[in-house]
Order: sequence, then C-alpha cells, then structure tokens
Amino acid sequence: MSSSTTAPRSTPPSTRGRVSAQLARLVPMPAGAGLARMLVERNVVSFRHGWIALVTGFAEPVFYLFSLGIGIGALVKTVTTDSGAVVSYPQFVAPALLAASAMNGAVFDSTFNVFFKLRYAKLYDAVLATPMGPRDVAVGEISWSLIRGGLYSAAFLVVALLAGAVGSWWALLALPAAVFIGFAFAALGMFATTFMKSWVHFDYVTLAIQPMFLFSATFFPLSTYPEALQWVVRATPLYHGVALERALMLGDVGWGVLGHVVYLVLLGGIGVVGTARRLEKLLLS
Amino acid sequence: MALLQPSPHAGPQSAAADVGGSGGEGRSRAAHGPRAPLSARERALAVFTYFLVVYRRTWRGSIIGRFLSPLFFLLAMGIGLGSLVDNRVGGVGGLPYLQFVVPAIVATQTMWVAMGESTYQVLGYIKWNMGYHAMLATPMTVRDVLRGHFLAVAAHLTTATAIFMAVASLFGGFRSVAAVLCLPIAILTGMAFTTPIFAFTAKQEGDNGFNILFRWIVTPLMLFSGTFFPIEQLPGWMQPIAWVTPLWHGVEACRAVATGSVAWLPFFGHLLVLAVYAAVGWWLAERSFARRLVP
Repeated sequence: MSSSTTAPRSTPPSTRGRVSAQLARLVPMPAGAGLARMLVERNVVSFRHGWIALVTGFAEPVFYLFSLGIGIGALVKTVTTDSGAVVSYPQFVAPALLAASAMNGAVFDSTFNVFFKLRYAKLYDAVLATPMGPRDVAVGEISWSLIRGGLYSAAFLVVALLAGAVGSWWALLALPAAVFIGFAFAALGMFATTFMKSWVHFDYVTLAIQPMFLFSATFFPLSTYPEALQWVVRATPLYHGVALERALMLGDVGWGVLGHVVYLVLLGGIGVVGTARRLEKLLLS
Repeated sequence: MALLQPSPHAGPQSAAADVGGSGGEGRSRAAHGPRAPLSARERALAVFTYFLVVYRRTWRGSIIGRFLSPLFFLLAMGIGLGSLVDNRVGGVGGLPYLQFVVPAIVATQTMWVAMGESTYQVLGYIKWNMGYHAMLATPMTVRDVLRGHFLAVAAHLTTATAIFMAVASLFGGFRSVAAVLCLPIAILTGMAFTTPIFAFTAKQEGDNGFNILFRWIVTPLMLFSGTFFPIEQLPGWMQPIAWVTPLWHGVEACRAVATGSVAWLPFFGHLLVLAVYAAVGWWLAERSFARRLVP
C-alpha cells in the first residue's frame, strides 16, 4: 500500500511521531506526522484579515431567529415537538438554526475554501513538500473548520439565551454537540471537494445543503410529514443534528441523544479517512 | 455588383448583426465593402444576442438555483410551515398560508436571480475575462452594453418567474387568475435590484463586497420584507425599514394581484417605488460603468 511507503519518509524522529506513525499503520489511514496543528496555525494567521467574514457568518442564523421567531412565532404561538413537549416557536426553531449554522459554516469552509486551496492556490502541494502528510492536511483543515464553527455556535447560543429560547442547563452541551455536527459536515464536505473539478460542481453542494436546511424538521416538526417521508428525513445527517440540539436546548434529554451523536461521529470518521485517502491519491501519486 | 450579394460563408458571424434589422438589410451587412453603422437598437440587441448564445451553453448549471431553490421554499414554507400555521390560526388574514407565501416567493426569487446575474458575472466581464472591454472595442458604447445586458437579465427573470409560477399554480398557490400579472411585476422587482447591483459591482475590486451584500442585504430582505409573515408582526421601529426596501413593494404588489384584492393607490405606489429604484439604479450603473470601463 502507498500508505506504508510514505509513512517512514514523513515521520519525524520524535516519540510522538513514532506513535502516530504506528497508529497510521494500524488504521487504514494515509500517512501524517501528527503535525495537523501547523496547518491550523497557518489558517489562523491567514485569517487575521478575514475577520469580517467571521462576523457575517454569525449574523445569518441570528437574522433567521429574529425573523421567524418573532414573525412566525406571533402567528403560531406554540409548537408541539416530536417528543410531545409544547414550546414557543422561537424555542422550537433556535436549536434547529444552531444545527443548521454549524452545518453551513462547516460546509462553506470545507468546500469553497478548500477547493480554492487545493486547485488554485496549490497550498497542499506546498504543505506536502514539508514533513506533513495528507492525513495532517485532512485533520488540520477539518479542525480549523470546527474551531470556526465552534465560535459561531457559541455566539449564537448567547443570542438564543438572550432571546429566551434556551430552556435548560443541558444547553451547555449544545456547544460540543454543534462541534459534532460541524465535524460530520466538514469531513464529508472536504471529502466531496476532493472529487470536484470545477466551480460548477458547487451547485451540487447547494443541492444537498438547501433541502436539508429546509426539510430537516428545522422549521416545523417531523410529524408534519407523511409517515414514509419521515423515514427519509430521519436518514439525513442534519436531522440528527437538529434533533440532538433540540433535545439539549429544551432539556428533553434521553438515551436516544447518544444515537444522534454516534451517527454524526461515524459520518465524520468516514469523511476524514476518505479525505486523507483522496488527497494522497491526488497529490502524492 | 456581385460583391453586394449576401455571402454564403457569412454564417454565424452575421447573426449578431442580423438580429436588429429587417432581413434584407441585416444580410447585406455581412457583405464586403463599406456598410451603414448599426442603430442604437441593433447595438443593444447584438449585446443581448451575445448573452443568449453564452446562456445556450451554460443553462444546465443554473437549473438548480433557478428552478429547484424556489420550489424547495414553496414546499418547506408554503406546505410544511403552512400546515403548522393553518392548523393553529387558520392562515394569515383568512388566506391559506400557501397562498400567502407563494406570491412573496415569486418576488423574492427575482431578487435571487438579480443577485446571481449582477454580481460575479458582471465583475467577471469587467475584470476577469474582459468581456466588456471587448464589446467596447467595437462601435458599441457603455450605454449599449448596459442596455443589452439588462435585457438579458430581464429575459432570465422572465423565464425563471414563468417556470416557478407554472409550478406553483399546480400546487394551488394562486387564488386569482389575475396572478398572471405577477409576471410583469416580478420582472420590474427584479430590475429594481439588478440596476443598483450593477452599479455596486462596477465599484468592486474583489468578491468581498458580494459576500456582504448576500449576508447583510439579501438574506435580511428575504426575512423581513413581509415574505413569510405580514410586517405588522415586526416591532414598530422595524416597519419603516421594510417600507424603503424594494422587496417589500414587490411582495405586496405580487400578493395584491395574486389574491385578487388590489387597493389601487398603494398598488401604484409600490410599482412607482420599484420603477424609481430601477431608473435610479440604471443611471448610477451607467455612471459607474463609464468611470470603470472608459479610460
């Protein structure tokens, strides 16, 4: 396998490097040198001038919360969630917006930005000329997406709290939950990006993201759908993100919550391994 | 005399010149030798034809944004959220929520199309592929180029709106037959966005401004212009903001004809505001294009 041929070359002579190199041989994962943090640092440095994009990314879910929370909230007053709780509309929609913004942030960062770095800026060609390996690139980019997504989510959570849309102390866990959602989508998004050949293919990203945003029990409960469609919705990743956040922010927590987490982590894991393998194939062969 | 006969090899090159004039006159332009200058109308139509030819090659890519996006909003908001609203309070002001929201989506879609056609594309022609420079190297003026390009955007607006309205009517989104009048209103609404955005784009160096436009103008307008709920639900201080935005006027005018309850004075007021936006935008666009493109 190519992973075994590249691993020794890119392993630095530290204990930590040796351990991760051995790990890399155990799991079916291309080589890395445990240096993903360097790529994160690079992104932080290059992002110093892009802070305005950070602010605007945060604004979108806030607009949705105020618009739909106030407007639709005044129309429908209360909503019965799928677990039977009766809550106000802002309380119903805020967790879904948190999940959706975690998804949007992660996907935007891991598709558009990564595509540009991969095909135009040739950033990863440069990175792979250092001791870093393809796995470092995958892990580094996805970690950066998570940090950015985490910032958005934290800010949104504060706004939701001020808007009275948070019902329980469990909401403290909504932040790590948002990171799981971001992880799943960032990893999948970057995996998909490695297959893209032109900007035109980003229409497919929109085609996947927009229906999920609109139909994952985001703006109305799952019970609105006919039975057969409910199962389709249940299969999509954002539904699990929304259900997870809603359970936490409304304090409606049961063991089922872990099911959502497992689903998201599994998807993210597939994305990381897939991305690293594709990068290896694209850039090192 | 043989030289003045239409050349059999003129082929596609003569197509642009052919568009405007009457058949015989247009063909004679393809002949060798001195020819009469194009009229202003022919110049604008030549630009329009160029964009048409480009679109014939690239239309597939626009299907998703053009057609599926509004359909998704119709299903999610009109039918999904609509069932919630209808069950709770029996619709908005006695109107089923679907029929409340569909005319608004018609107007909102024109804003999306206008954004799509007037931002990256236009900056591309200004800066990246120098398409405008090429056009201006011919006898065409900035005014001709803008007229032709606006005509092309209007054509996009027309097809996008017509397709969505046909689909929405299958779902029962319109109450009155007068809803067909949504089409011209939607085109006007779209132009009220297109011309000012052209003016804005001609002042951009990179695409940062577009991100800000999308996040701080387009999304808030969609959410706060009476699209998904009447603006009376907003806090009092926010309502005057809706009054000055073009989208609210487009939404209200479309909704009035679609529900068949037109109050004439406000209706013409809405159309007037949209026309003023389009006209002022046009003037600004000509000014900023001339500054950017003419040395």
